[in-house]
Amino acid sequence: MQKASFVPEVLKPRLMETKLSLYLLNRNKLTRLAMITILLLIIIAIFAPYIVPYPSHATGVLNPQDKLLPPSTKYFFGTDELGRDIFSRVLYGTRISLQTALIAVGLALLIGIPLGAIAGATGGYVDEIIMRITDIFLSFPPLLLAIAIAAFLGPNLQNAMLAIAISWWPWYTRIVRGQAVSIRERQFVRAAKAIGTPHIRSIFQHILPNCIAPVIVQASMDLGGVILTAAALSFLGLGAQPPTPEWGLMVSTSRSYFLNAWWYSFFPGIAIFITVLVFNLIGDGLREVLDPKTRKY
Amino acid sequence: MGEPLLEVKKLKKYFPVKAGFFSKPVSWVKAVDGVSLKIEQGEVLGLVGESGCGKTTLVNVVLNLEKPTSGQVIFDGKDIYNMKPRELRGTRKYIQIVFQDPFWSLNPRLLIRDIIGEPLSVHMKLSTGELVAKVEELLELVGLPKEGVYKYPHEFSGGERQRIAIARALALRPKLVVLDEPTSAIDVLSQAQVLMLLKDLKEKMKLTYILISHDLSVVNYMADKIAVMYLGKIIEYGPADKIFSNPAHPYTKALFMAIPDPEKEGIDSIMTLEGNVPSAINPPAGCRFHTRCPVATEICKEKEPPMVMIDDDHEAACFLIEK
Amino acid sequence: MDSYFTVKNLKVNFRNFGGIKKALDLEMLDIYKGETFGLVGESGSGKSVLALTILGLLPIPPGVIESGEIIFQNENLLKKKQEEMISIRGKKISMIFQDPMSSLNPVFTVGEQIIRVICNNEKVSRKEAEKKVLHMIELVKLPDAKNILKKYPHELSGGQRQRIIIAIALSCGAEFLIADEPTRNLDVTIQAGILKLIDELKEELKVTVLFIANNLGLVSAICNRAGIFYKGRIVEMGTVGEVFKNPKHPYTLTLLKAIPKNKEEKIDISRILVEGEKLQGSDGCLYFERCLKREEICRNSIPVLKNIEGTHCVACYKAN
Repeated sequence: MQKASFVPEVLKPRLMETKLSLYLLNRNKLTRLAMITILLLIIIAIFAPYIVPYPSHATGVLNPQDKLLPPSTKYFFGTDELGRDIFSRVLYGTRISLQTALIAVGLALLIGIPLGAIAGATGGYVDEIIMRITDIFLSFPPLLLAIAIAAFLGPNLQNAMLAIAISWWPWYTRIVRGQAVSIRERQFVRAAKAIGTPHIRSIFQHILPNCIAPVIVQASMDLGGVILTAAALSFLGLGAQPPTPEWGLMVSTSRSYFLNAWWYSFFPGIAIFITVLVFNLIGDGLREVLDPKTRKY
Repeated sequence: MGEPLLEVKKLKKYFPVKAGFFSKPVSWVKAVDGVSLKIEQGEVLGLVGESGCGKTTLVNVVLNLEKPTSGQVIFDGKDIYNMKPRELRGTRKYIQIVFQDPFWSLNPRLLIRDIIGEPLSVHMKLSTGELVAKVEELLELVGLPKEGVYKYPHEFSGGERQRIAIARALALRPKLVVLDEPTSAIDVLSQAQVLMLLKDLKEKMKLTYILISHDLSVVNYMADKIAVMYLGKIIEYGPADKIFSNPAHPYTKALFMAIPDPEKEGIDSIMTLEGNVPSAINPPAGCRFHTRCPVATEICKEKEPPMVMIDDDHEAACFLIEK
Repeated sequence: MDSYFTVKNLKVNFRNFGGIKKALDLEMLDIYKGETFGLVGESGSGKSVLALTILGLLPIPPGVIESGEIIFQNENLLKKKQEEMISIRGKKISMIFQDPMSSLNPVFTVGEQIIRVICNNEKVSRKEAEKKVLHMIELVKLPDAKNILKKYPHELSGGQRQRIIIAIALSCGAEFLIADEPTRNLDVTIQAGILKLIDELKEELKVTVLFIANNLGLVSAICNRAGIFYKGRIVEMGTVGEVFKNPKHPYTLTLLKAIPKNKEEKIDISRILVEGEKLQGSDGCLYFERCLKREEICRNSIPVLKNIEGTHCVACYKAN
């Protein structure tokens, strides 16, 4: 009884759901590994200033006497052409990459999901109009579109995020709309209509929550893709600007030193690789949890 | 008896069959083709027919989920398709539905509080506390423990879910409840309980039911009057006991004979009908049942039989009925 | 009579998040050659689990076969390797599933689908297979066989689809047919036709049928013997006459009384206790919590199937 007061009645069933989800996530070894890695990445991102050996190197302090040193006990990942510690910069980069990915995907979801739900649930002309606009966006390769938008808005990290979000939302609209069309025919939606529930309320209460699952899966996989795109934009000079320790930017500048300083491009590259992989694994794990049909028990 | 609670007059609902998005309809699916019905206050009307006969469309039109092609639906003396939006919203409260499949009719992502509370929160302004109290009351009304308020639908069995659907339908104190195959997706034991509950609630809350079912034992148990539908038309209508003891239309007879009875043994206890229900796009000329009718004659292929009175309140549409 | 198909002490459990859930606990089930055996039970009672276990299609995990044997033609099916089961499925044992729409592939014509099944299982030329298909279609009494073969599943009605499914199931000479609620979601007049068909095919092709249903009426119409299933156990078994005319187990009685007859006669519901005493981890009768005839002995030990008279077996201490 005492304990019950901590958990309000309303939350109890949700708590059970969460427990089940965690259990299912935890059962798959790869997903568990990915979750631990993500957790580690998040911790690194939050505490980067306190754990890296040379925090000032991440923000642009120069140290020319130690330039392009190979990995050693002093500089774990070696140094770059300005003598900055690559280890510190890669760890700092986690922060920027996660932030970019979350904000860009979040923005895309914010635009994409409601549009898709409205299109799918309403049908008719509304559906046609929204989906044709979506099609226009989809007809450009996302990276190309992002490049164009980023170039138009001006090269900095915020604009890169915006550019990615704008080129990314149509995918979510597509997914949600497809789901919504099938859920619209479900009996509980008809039941709501028979009760007299207004259409908009029905969309947000009945249709939307039931089409979220596949989008969540897609989005968690896309986090990796967005990190890659952000890195690509930075690589092309359209994203983060020096001296920001962004992975893509680091790979880009390392090109000139590629032949005699392999570590310079290698470590940021590995960081991108691991992060993208981990998000994909999480996406797979989530799919298993959220979609009972693919659940393997 | 006074005014009927619900009267359906010459109702027609045609769906266009289109070849493309912008093209004109090629032909029409005549889902409901001229149905007239009357339901008195406190009565249970059993609507019987196979899938594709138009029962569901008829109900959708009565519930104002689909507009009729022509005809009237008069509820409590007023035509619901001739009302102002506000008046319609008020009237709509009094007509509710319980769907067939309790696994799809409850939103799996909502708590029972929000499922049963939805009609209340749509039509009334209640605080959360009041809402929960109301929902608890409704849960008890349908014989479920009130702890169910904070549970999800998947934590209940099929029969319990159907009770939840009933509680939701009753939340606004309706006058007419449409029961769309309320027990066809649940087991016999739960079915018995749900049927008893429905009978009980009918007395308690002075409800009128339209019961759609293809299970004639259920109809027999619940209904006062029966309407048998075939391909968008009513082919037999009358008091339940008269239809059960003396079915007039060959289709009704066939329907009764096709039901296996646990008290009778062996394959010969059931009778089959040849063929399938014809398409409603091009229903057969003449009597719509003649393609499957075991006793069809020449006239059945040419002329459509009118409804004939067999008794003072029992009618059927067949040429072969002797008065 | 010699036993043709026997299940002995079969225990199947499910393991998942909630722990272990008992799905099947069958002491004994005999099916004789050429009969139709009906298995009745509510949904969730484990009827379909039994069907899947017989065919070796039970998903493992979550399913776990704890013990027991399924003997078919003197061979234990549970000991067979997957490859061996593949040659048994279709050729010897076949199954009709509930939903005729989703058991057919929507992108191929029905004729093509039957031909593929035949070609996969038998070494015959396509010509011969086509001939056989026509024969099968005629066997399941679909008129205008040639035309039907060219149609896609969505162009057929529910009843026609189910006939095609039956044709597929029997196309490779299976002699043991498991029908898992084959008439669910079908209209009564169509259902009657399918029942007649199964009954006729049984005679014509000398097939033994295990008919799974949740409707007592269906079982009494086409089965010779019937078993009543409750929570993974058979609680009563015998000829249809024995079980339906003279039910001994309280559960069977309840099932029969729960069917509404007419307005005057009340459905006898008094035997159904929703809020019964929950059995917590004890070894008592599974029906204990809903049973009105229960006694102390029922709480502590589980009754086994006992022969009362003739072939009538009941698992209840109070039946005599």
